[in-house]
Amino acid sequence: MFGLLRSLWSYRGFVVSSIKNELVTRFARSRLGGLWMIIHPLAQVAIYAVILSNVLAAKLPGIENKYAYAIYLMAGILAWNLFSEIIGRCLTVFIDQGNLMKKMRFPRITLPVIVIGSCLLNNILLLVSMLMVFAILGHMPSVEMLWLIPLTLIVVALGVGIGLILGVLNVFVRDIGQVVPIVLQVMFWFTPIVYPLNIIPDELKGAIASNPMYPVVTAYHDVLVYSTSPELQHVVITAAISIGLMLLGLFLFRRAAPEMVDVL
Amino acid sequence: MTVNRLGKAYRRYNSEWQRFARWFGLPVKPSEEHWVLRNIDFSIEPGKAIGIVGQNGAGKSTLLKMITGTLQPTEGSVQVNGRIAAILELGMGFNPELTGRQNALHAAGLMGYSVEQIQQAMPDIEAFAEIGEYFNEPVRTYSSGMQMRVAFAVATAFRPEILIVDEALSVGDAYFQHKSFDRIKAFQKEGTTLLIVTHDRSSIQALCDRAILLEAGAIIKDGKPEEVMDFYNAIIAEKENSTVTIRQMDDGTVQTSSGSGEASIVSVTLHNVRGEMIEFASVGEPVSLRVKIDINQDIPELVVGYMIKDRLGQSVFGTNTHHLRCVLKDLKAGESPQYDFKFPANLGVGSFSVAIALHANDTHLVSNYEWRDLALVFNVINVAKDQFVGLTWIPPQVEYSR
Repeated sequence: MFGLLRSLWSYRGFVVSSIKNELVTRFARSRLGGLWMIIHPLAQVAIYAVILSNVLAAKLPGIENKYAYAIYLMAGILAWNLFSEIIGRCLTVFIDQGNLMKKMRFPRITLPVIVIGSCLLNNILLLVSMLMVFAILGHMPSVEMLWLIPLTLIVVALGVGIGLILGVLNVFVRDIGQVVPIVLQVMFWFTPIVYPLNIIPDELKGAIASNPMYPVVTAYHDVLVYSTSPELQHVVITAAISIGLMLLGLFLFRRAAPEMVDVL
Repeated sequence: MTVNRLGKAYRRYNSEWQRFARWFGLPVKPSEEHWVLRNIDFSIEPGKAIGIVGQNGAGKSTLLKMITGTLQPTEGSVQVNGRIAAILELGMGFNPELTGRQNALHAAGLMGYSVEQIQQAMPDIEAFAEIGEYFNEPVRTYSSGMQMRVAFAVATAFRPEILIVDEALSVGDAYFQHKSFDRIKAFQKEGTTLLIVTHDRSSIQALCDRAILLEAGAIIKDGKPEEVMDFYNAIIAEKENSTVTIRQMDDGTVQTSSGSGEASIVSVTLHNVRGEMIEFASVGEPVSLRVKIDINQDIPELVVGYMIKDRLGQSVFGTNTHHLRCVLKDLKAGESPQYDFKFPANLGVGSFSVAIALHANDTHLVSNYEWRDLALVFNVINVAKDQFVGLTWIPPQVEYSR
């Protein structure tokens, strides 16, 4: 474990330049460049808002702003995008970088770290742009938003924990790579992101409560939409689950790393 | 560097669940073990160059991957003192949208160098690559040769303890090839161990102190480059269950012969104009190479080829009766044909060897009756000619003016 951190530290230059290069190349030769990173999620929000807001706006309690639904959507999407992007990329990172792993010797742990770094960077940029949109819509930032720092860390931990486990297994059983996006879709609809929790029938509430993302997304809502402190009770459970999954993921990764190159 | 009883097996499991279970410490046996490399033992001193040869699939890349450390050995170990650099996959991980400079930074980072170290070496990389302004252009605008130049410059920006050089040493144009070769040689002088993988006989013989021949995952020969390459050629020629035999000669060199045995070489001798057997020929003297052959089985065709080599094993001249248009057809068992190849010994001073091959068609690769290296060794001395140097005697007609 200590050696893992030490080798990671000595390759910090590589990690940083990988994250930077990724950002640079993604938007190289496109006119709007980095703007696309913001346009995509905002377009998603706009679509949901236009289609669903008329139906749901009346049912969103406790907030006066007429754009309340759009703000609610954006808060949930901010959390969900980070979560699903980390899982999606961890899932295929070892396969995508298989050629490199076969040919070059470098600490494998840098690969998921690069994924985390670049997803976090995307998320921060998204947050900044969302806060600007919030301001335009008349919803000013509050001190409670500092809660986003620990909340983001929990989302990252949960995403990495699940992503690392699935990513390692996906190298050996490729079906996992096919199943996970479907499961993520289902999970998205079982998280109160595009709808408020109170429209859910009581018999389904149990299912939603067992979703580890549910407390985190709710906390995002509390912080970003209602400007209140989140209820920590459930969030702490998710945090504990995340740490457990992350340790399991690291253990699997350590065990599997030597064999991965054999089957790539 | 020491390689100790190294082995690599690819394991297959009935179900991947068994593999996963094994990570958690459950005693699960793999359903199938496939050994691609086993019992590899050798060590190299610093500053030496070692060639690794073998047919495709002999296990060369697996061995190299284990030495570089990308592949985990199943048994045994590799002990390396110092850093390894591989010129295997030049341009690995280059991003076409980034500039040469950015890619160099990234690739050196992948090799484990810190940003400061790389920045320090950057002027050197830029100077060595010699691609001018292009260094600050995206790599997608490069020609493949230019990309190779940058990649080579980065890979050799820092002197490694061990340098692995793949066949892909034919980097770029002739000028850059010389330049990269010089750098490799300079590294070697400073104590870098070279591991060279190639099929090219001349570069192995020119660069290496030693060669290792891999076949079916095992070292089958480890010795002087010349011997190993002879043996390797014999193995290539080995088709249709022919055998390879090795004989220790009186002077300590090793003779390799192989073949399926339908025809065999009885004797190979060198004669002067009077028909006397000679061991020494003087420069330019007309000589005759006599090859006596026994036919052991009926064969449709017999081609006799010979190759004169210098003492380093480099080919000087070779031809065969197919190219000379005097192929014997429909030979019966019991015949004893004899060939006399007459030529002037237009060779430089020194020791030369002759390899003989008996085969059908125009190469010994198809059906090889017998192939014998070092079938004859003779010396060339300068008796009557003016002083000259080199492998061959090409007397000039001089005209001059002033």
